[in-house]
Amino acid sequence: MGIEFRHVEKTYPDGAQAVRDISFTVPSHTTTVLLGSSGCGKTTLLRMVNRMVDPTGGQLLIDGEDIAGAEPVRLRRSIGYVMQHSGLLPHRRVIDNVATGLRLNGAARGPARSQAEELLELVGLDPALGRRYPDQLSGGQQQRVGVARGLAGDPNILLMDEPFGAVDPLVRLELQQQMKRLQTELRKTVLLVTHDIEEALSLGDQIILLRPGGEIAQAGTAQELLSAPADDFVARFLGVAQGRRRLRTSAGQDGEWVVTDAEGRPLGVVEAPPGPVHPRADPSGSVPPEDGR
Amino acid sequence: MDWILANTGRIAELTLDHAALSLPAVLAAFLLSVPLAVLANRLRPLREPIVSGTGLLYAVPSLPLFIVLPIILGTGIRDPLNAVAALTLFGMALMVRSAAEALDAVSAEVRLAAAAQGYSSWGRFWTVDLPLAGPAMLAGLRVVSVSTISLATVSAVLGVPSLGSLFTDGFQRGIMESVLAGVVMTVVMALILDLLLVLSGRLLMPWARRRA
Ligand SMILES: Nc1ncnc2c1ncn2[C@@H]1O[C@H](COP(=O)(O)OP(=O)(O)O)[C@@H](O)[C@H]1O
Ligand SMILES: [Mg+2]
Repeated sequence: MGIEFRHVEKTYPDGAQAVRDISFTVPSHTTTVLLGSSGCGKTTLLRMVNRMVDPTGGQLLIDGEDIAGAEPVRLRRSIGYVMQHSGLLPHRRVIDNVATGLRLNGAARGPARSQAEELLELVGLDPALGRRYPDQLSGGQQQRVGVARGLAGDPNILLMDEPFGAVDPLVRLELQQQMKRLQTELRKTVLLVTHDIEEALSLGDQIILLRPGGEIAQAGTAQELLSAPADDFVARFLGVAQGRRRLRTSAGQDGEWVVTDAEGRPLGVVEAPPGPVHPRADPSGSVPPEDGR
Repeated sequence: MDWILANTGRIAELTLDHAALSLPAVLAAFLLSVPLAVLANRLRPLREPIVSGTGLLYAVPSLPLFIVLPIILGTGIRDPLNAVAALTLFGMALMVRSAAEALDAVSAEVRLAAAAQGYSSWGRFWTVDLPLAGPAMLAGLRVVSVSTISLATVSAVLGVPSLGSLFTDGFQRGIMESVLAGVVMTVVMALILDLLLVLSGRLLMPWARRRA
């Protein structure tokens, strides 16, 4: 179940081969991150799910059904989509932007609006902002509206294309944390695209790391990728090879454990002292690793 | 001044004649141009023929056009319809390009986002593409409206009454006040229509004000 990519290929009409022989599954109710540098086919793969792009080879199945037979417009109305620069309609008030999907699915204006207000609250926005036009909001607020719009209609699947890529680092962190909170509550089947390693490690239950040329370099949990990189490319991409993700602990003056990076720069203090096992990098993020790019 | 006071009735009548020529022409130019612009925007190979082709209409000298049109339309040489048709064509020469460029300028990202929300192709055209192209189309329409009102004076040469008749009469009979009245009324009409267009733009596109 979930979303299954089976030997998917895409060659654009101009001859550019964006992805080749990609197979992976996004299990239901979990977050899968497509990670890779620019141009390696992440957006192409994401857009296949709601048929904004059709594969030139292979199959894509949602809950076991090949979507090649699905009507694109209807399919898109059942899937949430969030993109980098919010993509909000500049001529519609925020509230109506959020309500768009509900209206397209046949909801009357009144109920759609009140549902949209609840969604604004859900993503941490004052519903009073709903009366504004998108360009009257900050970039971070616009992204929140984008997320609210993606969640409208309670879709099972949420597609996110670098959803927090265009906001400043502090706001990005806030949005990522909120996304995590939301996801524990809503348990959508999420496919999220990013080139940000930290984001992938922090949000992805599963990470699909792509290499240039549109192939999968490695797929697995953050833990698996960090502890057993499949090859040199993966190790270098994640910064494991250069030791950037190796952390050390040493005893501090008052007997507490101080965590340092590979160069010995202190990063923080361990609250519970490590047990007898030799302490190593914790990919779950309880110790924030140094920016790995 | 005396002449003007003595002829207010005629000036008012010619002003109405002038409006009856130019307003339908502005409206027709707009309504005919938008579908052509949509075609140019959607079917790339047709873009240049449509946009440049209609643009060339502007190069047609106006007087011969006024004379040829009755033959094509089967109307009488003094029929106001000729003037309306000619003015419409000149309006289209400006409006098609302007509308096509307005549609081209709609943000690809916003269009993509709308498609991803599940707008059908036509639904998106009416609710996203057209409104977002609106401000730029309005800018084009304002140019067309001013130029049409000014160009409509030429009809007087062909014996179709308009504010231009105040020029022809005035020159023939050496009445400067008549010429002056013609000029002032033409400018005033152009300004009023322009104001109306700006106001309806504000009403129809309240979101566009801060962005312009
Ligand atoms: N519409 C398109 N037409 C032709 N080539 C495209 C198109 N979209 C993407 N590509 C190409 O496909 C490759 C992958 O693009 P994309 O999926 O956008 O990558 P990413 O999202 O990882 O940056 C790139 O080389 C890009 O130039
Ligand atoms: Mg991309």
